[in-house]
Amino acid sequence: MINRLTEHRGLDSFDVRYVALILAILGIGVLSIYSVTYGQRGVGTPYYLKQLAWIGVGAAAFLIMWASDYHHLARFAYPAYAVVLLMLVVVLFEGRTSKGAQRWIAMGPFSFQPSEFAKLVLVLVLAHYYSKAPRVGWLQRVIVPGLLVLPGLLLILKQPDLGSGLSFVAVYAAMLLMVGVRSQALGVILLFSIMLFPFAWEGVWGSLHDYQRQRIMAFVDPDYDPGGKGYHALQSRIAIGSGELLGKGLYGGTQSQLKFLPEGHTDFVFAVFAEEWGFLGVVVLLTLFVGLIWLSLEIASKAKDQLGALLAAGIVAMLCFCVVVNIGMTAGMFPIVGIPLPLVSYGGSATIMTMAALGLLLNIKRKRLSLFY
Amino acid sequence: MATAHYPETEFGDLHRRLLILRVGLLLVVALLGLRLWHLQIREGPYYRDLSENNRTRQVLLEPARGLIYDRHGVLLANNVPSFSLYVTLEDVKDRELLVKQLTDLLGLDATLVRKKLAAKGSKLLPRKIKDRMTLRDATLVESHRLDLPGVMIQVESQRNYPGGMTAAHILGYVGEISGEQLEKPEFLDLHQGSVVGQYGVEKSYDRHMRGVAGQKNVEVDALGHEKRATVVEKPQAGNDLYLTIDARLQKVAEDLLGEEQGAIVALDPNNGDILAMASRPGFDPNVLSRELTAKQWVEIVQDEGRPLNNRASQGQYPPGSTFKIPMAIAALETKTMSPSSTVFCNGGYQFGKRLYHDWKAGGHGYVDLHNALVHSCDVYFYTVGQRMGIDVMAEFGKDFGLGKATGVELPSERSGIMPSTAWKQKAKNEQWLPGETISAAIGQGYVTVTPLQMASLIGTVANNGISYRPRLVQAVMDRMTGNLMEIPAVPRGKLSVKPETFRLIKDALADVVTKGTATRAKSSVVTIGGKTGTAQVAALRTGPEESIPKKFRDHAWFVAFAPVESPKIAVAVIGEHMGHGGAAAAPLAKEIIEAYMKLTPQVPAVISERFSVEGAGRFSNDS
Repeated sequence: MINRLTEHRGLDSFDVRYVALILAILGIGVLSIYSVTYGQRGVGTPYYLKQLAWIGVGAAAFLIMWASDYHHLARFAYPAYAVVLLMLVVVLFEGRTSKGAQRWIAMGPFSFQPSEFAKLVLVLVLAHYYSKAPRVGWLQRVIVPGLLVLPGLLLILKQPDLGSGLSFVAVYAAMLLMVGVRSQALGVILLFSIMLFPFAWEGVWGSLHDYQRQRIMAFVDPDYDPGGKGYHALQSRIAIGSGELLGKGLYGGTQSQLKFLPEGHTDFVFAVFAEEWGFLGVVVLLTLFVGLIWLSLEIASKAKDQLGALLAAGIVAMLCFCVVVNIGMTAGMFPIVGIPLPLVSYGGSATIMTMAALGLLLNIKRKRLSLFY
Repeated sequence: MATAHYPETEFGDLHRRLLILRVGLLLVVALLGLRLWHLQIREGPYYRDLSENNRTRQVLLEPARGLIYDRHGVLLANNVPSFSLYVTLEDVKDRELLVKQLTDLLGLDATLVRKKLAAKGSKLLPRKIKDRMTLRDATLVESHRLDLPGVMIQVESQRNYPGGMTAAHILGYVGEISGEQLEKPEFLDLHQGSVVGQYGVEKSYDRHMRGVAGQKNVEVDALGHEKRATVVEKPQAGNDLYLTIDARLQKVAEDLLGEEQGAIVALDPNNGDILAMASRPGFDPNVLSRELTAKQWVEIVQDEGRPLNNRASQGQYPPGSTFKIPMAIAALETKTMSPSSTVFCNGGYQFGKRLYHDWKAGGHGYVDLHNALVHSCDVYFYTVGQRMGIDVMAEFGKDFGLGKATGVELPSERSGIMPSTAWKQKAKNEQWLPGETISAAIGQGYVTVTPLQMASLIGTVANNGISYRPRLVQAVMDRMTGNLMEIPAVPRGKLSVKPETFRLIKDALADVVTKGTATRAKSSVVTIGGKTGTAQVAALRTGPEESIPKKFRDHAWFVAFAPVESPKIAVAVIGEHMGHGGAAAAPLAKEIIEAYMKLTPQVPAVISERFSVEGAGRFSNDS
């Protein structure tokens, strides 16, 4: 019996559907990156090959996470958070600047983005915090974890990285939702946020870079100035819309191939995909994401303990948020805030982090099935 | 491990909340799907259009302008490839930066570039900023193309005049269409940057020569750089012109004038074909067809020699004694004088309080009409004028085409003045004074003519009153069909003058050359008939010719035809400030007539051969 379970658990926890979904989405990502950078005579390794390499590293992270034990990992939550905060400080002083933001730490030929890893660590920290003791009262449930989030959030906003900052807030909000907030506490939050909103708006708006303000303004009226502020949003919408039902085919995306759409391989990869594969492709990709998130939610709901459930919920929330906001912003529903599409956008840090997070999810499932640890 | 701390209900709550997350997820994804459906399916075609416009630019393909040949098929104007710089505003992110880059890179005039960028027109249409770029400049731009979004180099055909200054006033020059021109209906299908004829036959035959622009759709990237191109419409080349000019004779005429100011017109009296039409000083149409700076323009326009002025068709001069030809004809026709009736010339003619001098101080004695022409006796014609009156003179003058434009195919032709009592009343609101008739009788006073009019006049006399409109273009070759459309000579009718009168006049004009005032026009090659003229510039003449400043010296006229027996060429020569017609202008006329006589028999016109093949032989030189 025991033997059968142990024998069984490897196969069962290493959910084939789950891995297949991840691989399919990754495949779409590589294909889109390949297509958009096709014909660009770049220096060095093509992006799609680099992305494949990152996926390789991500796969290793995935397996390590899967094979590890999230309870052990949770114990390192605070030190890990300290390291992340340190890196976020380092990035402010030593970081590589790109497009007006200082987000990367150079390590030899590579550079990585601490804010991406900060998201996963934050999930770990909050899950650990809530599961360690019964946190009662709004001080313990809301304020203290809020104070935990704050230093990371501020450091990220300082870079500035609006997208990661919002992800941070989203993770925090999702966690609050999961542990449940008494209406009293919720009322206090609401009251405070309403009272503080003008100040916060001033603070947030004032700390934004010009391009970010313009992007937000562009969201209001993208057709106002096609060459300037709204350019990105409009070109992205044109790319998606012009894909119509069946798309323009591989390399057929004129918006991206002719570089009307900037950052086609990173934040706007969805627009590239939508242009080349049309609404049908979009439905397939959305279905894949929904499937992945659905399975993840199942893992969360079947987690055998609070820590597992909260970890899984946090990861799912983070994933959901990124997918929805990214697609929403490329489709012109949200302001352009610079969030990559998980598993699809080019980027080492994000890919590795997302795959590690998914590995962690699978680990939560594995632990549920195992009787001994 | 962790579960133990929590009551079962709390954990159950978590499940309930995860359910909320699931429902929320489905809702949000449904929203996303709806939005994408809206974008891709409902508004898909709209965005498809936008993306097509985004990547395609319509580039006009300039047509090759029609070529210009002389009567023997010698090339006078063609097109050579050259580089032009275009800017598409749609792709320009920072206009001022571009202006700076272009001025730094190519040394262009910043204000001019700004003006061109600001010109009206579609942002999607590339506009021409610079033409006739050197290969070096074009290469420079190409090598900086990544820094110059919206900039492209096009290879275009550029007008070229292989002969340089030869026949410049006839050919004219081309230039970019101006803002005012663009507003005019005849330029409706043109656009900013189109090249149109601005002068000469380039202007008057522009409609034939400019062709029709084609279009290509160019797929561009976000920087406006060409990726692929598809030709939608091929440009249609303009039609070729075959002029009546003989390039060799034209060259002779221009060389004869040399550094002097003046004009020579030679035409075929039998059909009005202008064989040569020289005007000096001249200009190089290659230079003028280029884009000139404001400073260069001012220099050309303010040049005292007025090189852009075609003196042959736009220069208006008193005809001087050459006016005695129509006067003599009028005298005979109106029977004011008989061929044998004489006038005594004592060197002056008293009219009222004023004495009108003859050019010869002692006078010519008794002169009849023949001698009056041969020796250019002023007193004889004072008498004739006095007897006929200005209005009869004007009638005959007008019959010979004076006072009105000939209708040659050149822009801004001037008409000169053939005064009459009605004219003075109208133009000056004054009464005609009898003394003015006397001045007019020897081609002074109000009478002014163009050299072209005088060539036409002497041609009409030579051709016994049968007159043709002078013309420069004998055929237009349709490039698309290959058809040669001949332009027939334009007869202006026959003057109702007795043949006997012409015989008498032509005899006299022949004697002008053999023994009269124009013996320097006497040729051993061909018989020439002609008439000298001296147009007074300044009223007061003191001392010998050499002591007068050049600009106050008289204009020298000579009108001639040859051979006297069967005229093939009629010539008018005017040399500004060159003094007496007999001394200065007559030798030039002789030279050009001799040159023509030597040239014509040997080389049959290419064009007439072609016509005879096609069954129409009307363009041959021999009448």
